[in-house]
Amino acid sequence: MLESKSTVFLVAGVGFFVLAFVVMGLLPWMIYMDQEEETLEDLVAKGIPHEFVELAERFPEQFSRHFPNGPTPSSFGDALQLGHDIYVAEGCWHCHSQQIRPVSNEDLRWGAVSHPSEYHNVLQRPVLFGTRRVGPDLIREAARRSNDWHIAHFYEPTNVVPTSVMPNYPWFFDEDGYPNRKGMALVAYIQWLGSWLPEYPYYQGEGPAGARSREGDEAALETRRMEGS
Amino acid sequence: MTSAASGALPNEDTAIPSASDLVIRRLVLWHFVAALTFVFVAMLAGLLFSFQLIQIYPFPGMEAFSPGRWRMVHTNGVAYGFIANAFLGALHWAVPRLTLRRVLSVKLSYFIFFAWQGVLLATVIGLLTGYAQAVEWGETPIFVDPVALLGLILVAINFLTPILKAKGPMYVTLWYFISAFVWTVMVYAMGSYVPEFFVGGTASGAIIGLFIHDLVGLFVTPIGWGLMYYFVPIILKKPIWSHGLSLVGFWGLAFFYPLNGIHHFLYSPIPMFLQYGAVISTIAVELVVTTVIINFFGTLRHRGDALRTNLPIRWFYLGMVFYFTTCLQCAFQVTLTFQRIIHFSDWVVGHSHLVMFGVFGFWILGFMTYLIPRLLNSAGWYRPSWNAWHFWLTGLGMLVMFFDLVIAGLIQGFMWKELAPWEATLTASAPFWLVRLFTGIAIVVGQLFFFANILMTAIHKRSIEPAPTPAGGELEGPSVVTA
Ligand code: HEC
Repeated sequence: MLESKSTVFLVAGVGFFVLAFVVMGLLPWMIYMDQEEETLEDLVAKGIPHEFVELAERFPEQFSRHFPNGPTPSSFGDALQLGHDIYVAEGCWHCHSQQIRPVSNEDLRWGAVSHPSEYHNVLQRPVLFGTRRVGPDLIREAARRSNDWHIAHFYEPTNVVPTSVMPNYPWFFDEDGYPNRKGMALVAYIQWLGSWLPEYPYYQGEGPAGARSREGDEAALETRRMEGS
Repeated sequence: MTSAASGALPNEDTAIPSASDLVIRRLVLWHFVAALTFVFVAMLAGLLFSFQLIQIYPFPGMEAFSPGRWRMVHTNGVAYGFIANAFLGALHWAVPRLTLRRVLSVKLSYFIFFAWQGVLLATVIGLLTGYAQAVEWGETPIFVDPVALLGLILVAINFLTPILKAKGPMYVTLWYFISAFVWTVMVYAMGSYVPEFFVGGTASGAIIGLFIHDLVGLFVTPIGWGLMYYFVPIILKKPIWSHGLSLVGFWGLAFFYPLNGIHHFLYSPIPMFLQYGAVISTIAVELVVTTVIINFFGTLRHRGDALRTNLPIRWFYLGMVFYFTTCLQCAFQVTLTFQRIIHFSDWVVGHSHLVMFGVFGFWILGFMTYLIPRLLNSAGWYRPSWNAWHFWLTGLGMLVMFFDLVIAGLIQGFMWKELAPWEATLTASAPFWLVRLFTGIAIVVGQLFFFANILMTAIHKRSIEPAPTPAGGELEGPSVVTA
């Protein structure tokens, strides 16, 4: 019975796979089914981060060449999509995660723990949780650094962080060394990550006025050590 | 040889056809050569990335050599280029012998061979020109996916036909093969299409977890074990120790393995009760694995000298020791306690290298060592000692790489938890990444010994004498004569 062809084919092959798919795949799918997936327009409608406008001001000539409509919602939508596509194509997601876990003091390092609703949008299809952190998590990266920092960093990370092992990306730049359409889009995408949170940017140890302070963080870390967590 | 593996074969009306009529030997060899070509490319890609990690990337700032893209060539090359090709070759050897039938169509087999290499080439080019899909291990560009899926369906039909037609009870190997053909098609379809087109966000994470895991668990693992159940008894010339344990191993794997996927995203936004489910079923898999390992070591009883005298057996059993190691490691690393520290770190990278290469890669190299002289019609290997070099360089390289990465992972994880600056964690990882580079080089050099030996065996096959039978052994396959 357990060794017959039909049992092996139907029960082990088809049956157990379908069972697992229902329990471990379909169930989470159904849990979030009622949440509408946000489209690019929905995302853009929440507002254009100031950094995108700043790109247009900093590189007026190049920006208008790459995004002829100026820093409008439609340009921002294009930039987000392109930035996301580059992030996927270059395998940034193999070195950077996009999820803050509730453990290992990740909230102290990066900010609020990830919530499922943050991922229900087209730019997280398929989701970019990531499985490896050679570099830091990026889901709270918005406004943590200036545009200029990112631009210099993408060109040659070791110029900014000497011990960095992140690759150089000179093809995000034109011959004159200005960010090209790709470069601007990627900066726009990175500066958007986490911008939807009320409490941002979050700098480890030195939050903006009213948010956490370095002393506060160290005290929190110390308490957690004492509690043994 | 056929009788050893299928003792219960029915006496058919006609005489048992000879293996040479059933097996397309040329195709087995072609698949092996393709597998070795791709593993070489994939290993060079891995080396490239490890140069990046120690800040001496040889091609900085060249778009076609973007390290992130080559990393995907590394992982996809291993899965679809090395392992899939090697398995296809071995299936072409084993399935006709176990069923006493040819595959459905020899023409189809040749078509699959060329189509699959085309799929691989398109994948590599697609990844290098920036068309990856954001599914880990399923980065295969979306325009390649339908062709690859069609290829897998054809493979399933081609091999399932003789298996389903064969009369009488089925040997263990065929249980694994039947379910693997069904699973592989479903897993590939699920991973390539569901997260991209049907469900996004957190829920797609659950599906991606299933895909990553099932690719190992429902494609590579069952075919790998199926081949072990085939080759080990043949080479040792004795049956598998316990049929009952074989049953437990197969059904336990079939039930528990598919439920594990979400353990790749513990502490993620995926609902916690599902994460607990994945943790428990993963620990169950570890228990199942133990029964399989016991079964194989039971089979080795009174034949332990084979580890010394027979190289394929040595590859197989070292792979099994590594398999037990990874599964034991997994039973711990899957717990939430370990996850706090080791998730996202090099610990996991060490684990996956040990599984994919240390286990399945070693089994593949083992049966290649056994089969290639036969496929070349040579009496033996040109230089058995080069095979020994191959074994020791690869084995030691793998072992050191594993410990190196596991320790690096622990250091990284604890430094992250203590909120050390990110640069400090890079500095702390640097020595481990350097050691890893050297272990990688050792492994590549090991393969060069193997490639050279294959080439020289092919050239000099007429003048090669059969290796002297080692004392006390009348085992199948090349012996280890090191001196
Ligand atoms: C080889 C792995 C690797 C790859 C691939 C990689 N990075 Fe990084 N990244 C790092 C490391 C390591 C750091 C930390 C050191 C530094 O700041 O350069 C980092 C830092 C960063 C930072 C700064 C984070 C901060 O605030 O400190 C950003 C932003 C970033 N990477 C974006 C990207 C993007 C976008 C890509 C893809 C185009 C990418 N990375 C590809 C390894 C990588």
